[in-house]
Parts: sequence; C-alpha cells; structure tokens
Amino acid sequence: MKIGKSSFTFHNVYLKDTSVIAGPKEAKGPLKPYFDLSYDDLRCYEKSWEKAEIKMYHQAIEILLNKSLKRKEDIDIYISGDLNNQIIIGTYALRNQNANYLGIFNACASSVEGLIIASNIIEAQNANNIIITVSSHNATAERQFRYPTEYGGQKPPSLTCTVTAACSCLLTNEKTNIKITRGTIGQVIDYNQKDAQDMGRAMAPAAYQTLITHFNDFNISSNDYDLILTGDLSYYGKELLLQIMEEKGYNIKHNYNDCGIMIYDRDKQNVFSGGSGCGCLPSVCYSYVLDKMRKKELKKVLLVATGALHNPILLAQKESIPVIAHAICLEVVE
Amino acid sequence: MTSKTNINEFKSNDSKIKQIIDKSSPKRNIFKNAIFSFLIGGLICLLAQIITEILKNWFDKDLAGNISVTIMVFIGSLLTGFGLYDKIGQIAGAGTIIPITGFSNSMTSSALESKSEGLILGIVTNMFKLAGSVIVVGVVSAFFIGSIIYLSSLIF
Repeated sequence: MKIGKSSFTFHNVYLKDTSVIAGPKEAKGPLKPYFDLSYDDLRCYEKSWEKAEIKMYHQAIEILLNKSLKRKEDIDIYISGDLNNQIIIGTYALRNQNANYLGIFNACASSVEGLIIASNIIEAQNANNIIITVSSHNATAERQFRYPTEYGGQKPPSLTCTVTAACSCLLTNEKTNIKITRGTIGQVIDYNQKDAQDMGRAMAPAAYQTLITHFNDFNISSNDYDLILTGDLSYYGKELLLQIMEEKGYNIKHNYNDCGIMIYDRDKQNVFSGGSGCGCLPSVCYSYVLDKMRKKELKKVLLVATGALHNPILLAQKESIPVIAHAICLEVVE
Repeated sequence: MTSKTNINEFKSNDSKIKQIIDKSSPKRNIFKNAIFSFLIGGLICLLAQIITEILKNWFDKDLAGNISVTIMVFIGSLLTGFGLYDKIGQIAGAGTIIPITGFSNSMTSSALESKSEGLILGIVTNMFKLAGSVIVVGVVSAFFIGSIIYLSSLIF
C-alpha cells in the first residue's frame, strides 16, 4: 500500500532464506563465521575475475535453493544486479536455467532496490517466490571504475575497498519469522561531488534524504528501529551522515551503523575507509544481522543501501556524481 | 529525537548540507607522504646509480646508463608481477611513480589486468593504457624543447 510520496507498506512478504559467498579479504574480517562459503583465492580458481564473480553468483543461488528446500521450478522471478558494464554477471550465471530474469542497476543500492521490486511483485500476488541476487568483486570493480589491480598509484584514505561477495535472498509469500514491512524509494540527488575516490561522503546526503523521507512518510522517529544500517558509506561517509542528521535534529548515534565498517576490521586490514559495492550491505545483513534477528536480539531493522550512479566517462567530462539511497524494513514476527 | 524536518523543506541542494560536506573532507598526510616519497624515490635512484657505476667497468658511460635503465624496468615489472609494487607504491606515492620503475609498473599492471582478454584484444591493446600518456607528453614536449633549441641555435 502506498504511504506518503515515496513509501509502501507490505503485508504479505516474507524473507525465507539467504546465502552469502565471500572473497578472501572478507573472510579475514570479523564476519567469517556467518558466511555460507568463502574463497581464499580472489580468482576463485577461475581464469578471469569476471568468471570468478559469475561462479560466486551461481553458487550463491545454488546454496540458497538447497537451504530453502526449493527447486529451480519454484522460483518465479530472478532479480539481479552487479557493478559490471551491462550488468552481465547475472545474465551469464542464469543463462539456459529456465529463469525468468530481471536485471537492475542502482550501483551499490541494487540490493535494496531488488528487495523493493520483489516485495511489490509478491505483495501484488504476481509471484510467489523471488530470488534477488547481487554480486560485486573487488577486481572487476577496480577494472570497471579505477586502475589495474597491480598499478602502484597511491590511494587516498577516503577510498573504499569493493567487497567481493555474491549474496542471494529468497522472498516469498509463505509465512516465516522475518517479514518485509516497509519500503522507501529514494531520489537521485547530486551535491556536486566529483571525487570518485571519496564516494562514502558523496553518498551520505542520499542516505540522509531517504531516511528523512522514510521517517516522515510513516510518521515515525528513528527510535522506531533497533538498528539502522547503511550500505557502504564507510568511515568518512558514516561520520558525515551522523553530522548531517545531528544538524537536522535527529540523533541516530545509538542505533546506527554502516556495513562498510562492519564487514572489515579496519584497524588490522588494509581497506582504507572501509568496504563498498553491491555486495557490501547484503553480505553483512544476510549473514550477521539476520542471525541476530533470528535470535531475537534485533527485532526491527532498517536497511538503507546507497549507490553512486556515475561512470568514469562522465566523470572525465567533469560531471559530478549523482547518488541514490533506497530503504527497506525487516521485522521479526512470531 | 525531537524535531522533524518537513518534507516540503527539501531542496535538491540544501546549502547547509553542502557546507558540512565541504568542511569534512578527509586530508591526506602530505608531510609524511612527502618524506616517504623522497626516501623511497631516492633509494630507487641510488640503486640505479650503483648499477650504472658497476656497469661502467665494462661499458662506456652512455651504454652503461641504458643497460641500467633496462635493469630497473625489469625490476619494476618483476615486483609488479609478484604483487609487491602496488604495496610499495601505497607508501611511497610519487616516489615510485616518477622513476622509470613506475612507468614499467603502469605497463605491466595493464598487461596483467587485460591478460584474460587474450593477446591481441587484451595485452597488445591495453598495455599502453596508462603509460601512453607518458609517451604522448614526452614526445610532444620533446618536439617543443627541440624546436626551441634549434631556433635559438639559429639566432645565436
């Protein structure tokens, strides 16, 4: 049901299961015990980075189907997003699989965008089971957006490290413990930030705008949530979001965190300001956070995935970085 | 949580937010970077000089210099292949980019990166992706400097 200008409530959408396949750097981080599978080789024993990402994507879906005791035929729609040109990871992984496929791109906000789209389809009773898979790979993203991996240029402290992970999630209309209750679609905004090596700070205003829209649309306060989780603002973006929220009179310090900080141990691992990428939010949320929710330590969680919607060609043409954020709420039900 | 922002107050570009963004820009540690850059860049040059001096025992001055450059390019490539050059570069910054080892790193890293697309479409096409700019700037500035030297030799 539509609420306010940009939000919905859902009454019949449940999260059944999730799977997370992680890369080597993520596996060395604090969340390793929560991942379904992790690789110690960034190439996943494949011939190229892209093939490695496709393999991880494929396995994420396979593990998810096994976990949730579903057959391929039970899945009505596959929704997919990644960071490569023409979002090819999903299409290559799902070719000839009898999969009804929707490809989406909102950069690092794709995960929540997928959840919102799937929730709407299920709520409208147009599908029973939808799998949303997003993947990002450190080396394919570096190729896509930055320099060759072995290039020796000095990286600034504001740079984020793209998370290597393929994360899959099954939404269904069958009742489970975790319900999708609210969603808010964000707007594309632009604060004239041009530094592609400082995306956390570029994306923070989008997170702010979506959060405020969400709170206003539902007429709730930030205390309504046990945890508010942004996708990949990382250290500097998180600081900036807290500053903006404080300036606008919201105090979210006690129940807010960022997945880009949670996925790595920033003190011990060489990740600059933290993690980013499509896989950043879901690899934390689908593993650690859902585990906490199943144990009832967290009951109501708001996921706000932020995305920087630029490409290197337009940045070279002196354009700025447009950003977006989408929000979705997960709730524990009895 | 007390106050609430009215939805109608949203501007696509809130000047207060813009201020906070501009104020909070993270700073690089320029002093530390400059020191490391100087030390490691200097060490690379020192190594090259030592190699040149040794080679002078067998070759004349120009040839010794050329062979020394070749050896440095080889070392740069080798370290890139072992995945070490980018780690040194992170500490040294310009200290590892400016010397010829940096040039060699930019070519080797591009070649390694594009290896998966095969010999022609991958390595051959992309090898000069980063280093090409150095060649272009080098040739263009050589043209201008050469022209200046030639013209001034006509006058004086």
